[in-house]
Amino acid sequence: MSDNQQREAHWNKTRNLMIIHLVIWFVFAFVVHWFAKDLNSSTFIGFPLGYYMASQGSLLAFVIQLFVFVKQQDKIDRQFGMAEDDDA
Amino acid sequence: MSFFKPKGSFIENLPRIYGLYTGGFLIFVLLMALLEQMGVSADTIGILFVAFTIFIYAAIGWLSRTMQVEAYYVAGRQVPPVFNGMATAADWMSGASFVAMAGGIYMGGHAYLAFVVGWTGGYVLVAVLMAPYLRKFGCYTVPDFIGTRYGGNTARLLAVLVLVIASFTYVTAQINATGTIAARALQIPFEVGVWFGLLGILLCSMLGGMRAVTWTQVAQYIVLIIAYLVPVFWMSNVQGFGLFPQLAYGDAVTRIGELETAVGLGTLQAVAAPADFPGLKALAVAHNAPGDGMAAWKFVTLAACMMLGTASLPHILMRYFTTKSVRAARNSVAWSLFFIFLLYFTAPALATFTKLQILDPNLATSVIGKSVESVMALEWIQKWNEVKMLAISDANGDGIVQLNEFFMRADIVVLATPEIAGLPYVISGLVAAGGMAAAMSTADGLLLAIANALSHDLYYKIIDPKAETKKRLIVARVLLIVIGAAGALVASMKLTGILGAVAWAFCFAMSGLFFPLVLGVWWKRANRAGAIAGMAIGLGTGTWYLYMVKWAGMEPWIGLDHLRFGIVGAAASLVSMVVVTLLTKAPDAETQAMVDEVRIPKGDTVLGAH
Repeated sequence: MSDNQQREAHWNKTRNLMIIHLVIWFVFAFVVHWFAKDLNSSTFIGFPLGYYMASQGSLLAFVIQLFVFVKQQDKIDRQFGMAEDDDA
Repeated sequence: MSFFKPKGSFIENLPRIYGLYTGGFLIFVLLMALLEQMGVSADTIGILFVAFTIFIYAAIGWLSRTMQVEAYYVAGRQVPPVFNGMATAADWMSGASFVAMAGGIYMGGHAYLAFVVGWTGGYVLVAVLMAPYLRKFGCYTVPDFIGTRYGGNTARLLAVLVLVIASFTYVTAQINATGTIAARALQIPFEVGVWFGLLGILLCSMLGGMRAVTWTQVAQYIVLIIAYLVPVFWMSNVQGFGLFPQLAYGDAVTRIGELETAVGLGTLQAVAAPADFPGLKALAVAHNAPGDGMAAWKFVTLAACMMLGTASLPHILMRYFTTKSVRAARNSVAWSLFFIFLLYFTAPALATFTKLQILDPNLATSVIGKSVESVMALEWIQKWNEVKMLAISDANGDGIVQLNEFFMRADIVVLATPEIAGLPYVISGLVAAGGMAAAMSTADGLLLAIANALSHDLYYKIIDPKAETKKRLIVARVLLIVIGAAGALVASMKLTGILGAVAWAFCFAMSGLFFPLVLGVWWKRANRAGAIAGMAIGLGTGTWYLYMVKWAGMEPWIGLDHLRFGIVGAAASLVSMVVVTLLTKAPDAETQAMVDEVRIPKGDTVLGAH
């Protein structure tokens, strides 16, 4: 592949990864809290689920999501030769 | 601390330096505990805590002094991801997070958790959409990116304007918080406390700019997280909630729901708080009662404002300019969120425990349902009553404290909790030092963001591009003092509450900057005219809407009140930016090539080799 094709392929993958993570983000940021009242009828480790999601669940999801994102994006960068040198 | 050693060895030594620092701080806490046992007064211990920690921050600030542009603006671009994560967490968690968040959850219940979700979820946007690309760009400030990506002084100036409005709104709230804590701990009037707080803040930032702020913020994070977690863990174990309170309070949430019914929450007639006690409220909102429809809409819109605001606030974005590489910047966002998470997932636990202690008649600490006489005899009740932050008014004259007769200020939950649980005073001193660290570190970052934008973008890039390094850095410092003084002056007038000012800052930032920043990277077609429209119309619409809803008596649109005006502003910004961009011609080939370069981590930064 030429450099331009490489760049294009790299950006396509990067953009897809962005969309995937924004969808996950949207679910934990908004969707679950929209249904908090319904979720409260179930419990999770002793918590009403709706309360749990707002006080811990979503937060935990964001933290895990970001560490995974870092790994995935780095893999994409390396795959297309777009990553920085490792000592950089 | 070995700030004078050569670069490499200082960075390599960071874990050791901060390890020693943390150990030293813990020894200091133990020493204070010892002094308390020896009969030293609570006031003296409070003064020692605040004075000692400020002295340490000032010493770090002094040791980090610099006359190099790269060190002053971006800490030499060599901060390792984990340490930058700690610095960002301190930069991020303000006096409001530390002091007011648990209290807000205590009073506001589930609805208030929208702040907790919003202030963490925003980092997903920062990591995925912004930080790595801004780092690749190689700018010194956020307006520097706008000015170069879109070209022209108008775009740059507008970005500076949004930055100044958002950050200044925010910083007055922080200086207010430092003043409040300094006044309480050092027993000086609030107006003096504000200036004292400012002095501490300037000592940390003035001589070393971003470099000094970075290393003091790491130190401040360590103090604030210890100060937040130690009392909660201690209290949880003393009261038998278990070793790891954050995981064990589910039953307490359910129990509170039962108790609320038992004490008549929602059925009791509201009683007016005593007139000479401003800002006090009785608990009137259930701990866990999320609604649907409008209540759910209010929850998600508030969370959305906090998230988009997070991703647009320059004092946060500029922290990621200080890492060594794009990869490190990305990594650093994840670490930032982790360090923030430690405090934010503890705040609801703290609010729940405190509420249970006050409500549950089976616990020795309970207040509701006890006789007025026995409650007024409690030491912590007397103390907060004296400073007019807590009151009991036996409205029905039956001699029993009812839920609607017990008033307090939400802010005191974090500060009073150690006393409610009967922990030694040394813990209260520690909490005061933590609150001070939280407010100071955020104020530092904000003041520096404003002063850097004015000195770099306004003075150097627009007014005097030929200015020599020394002059630029002197201008930057003079601006820092002037803006700090203006902030302290406004803070001493006590115009707004802490929380209101903070929410507004987020809404201003997202109205003006969110879409111009995101589209600058993700939409190659975005051009200068579009960005100018996006910033001007976004900021203008947002400000107009705030004015209309807050002061001109306009009915809010679909429940978007003054805390959520950013939704209106950002929507206007997006629409106007897209429409104007499509109506005008695409950016030139050079600009498009620049965007291509920003999108890949490898290679030199766009603004030149740094």
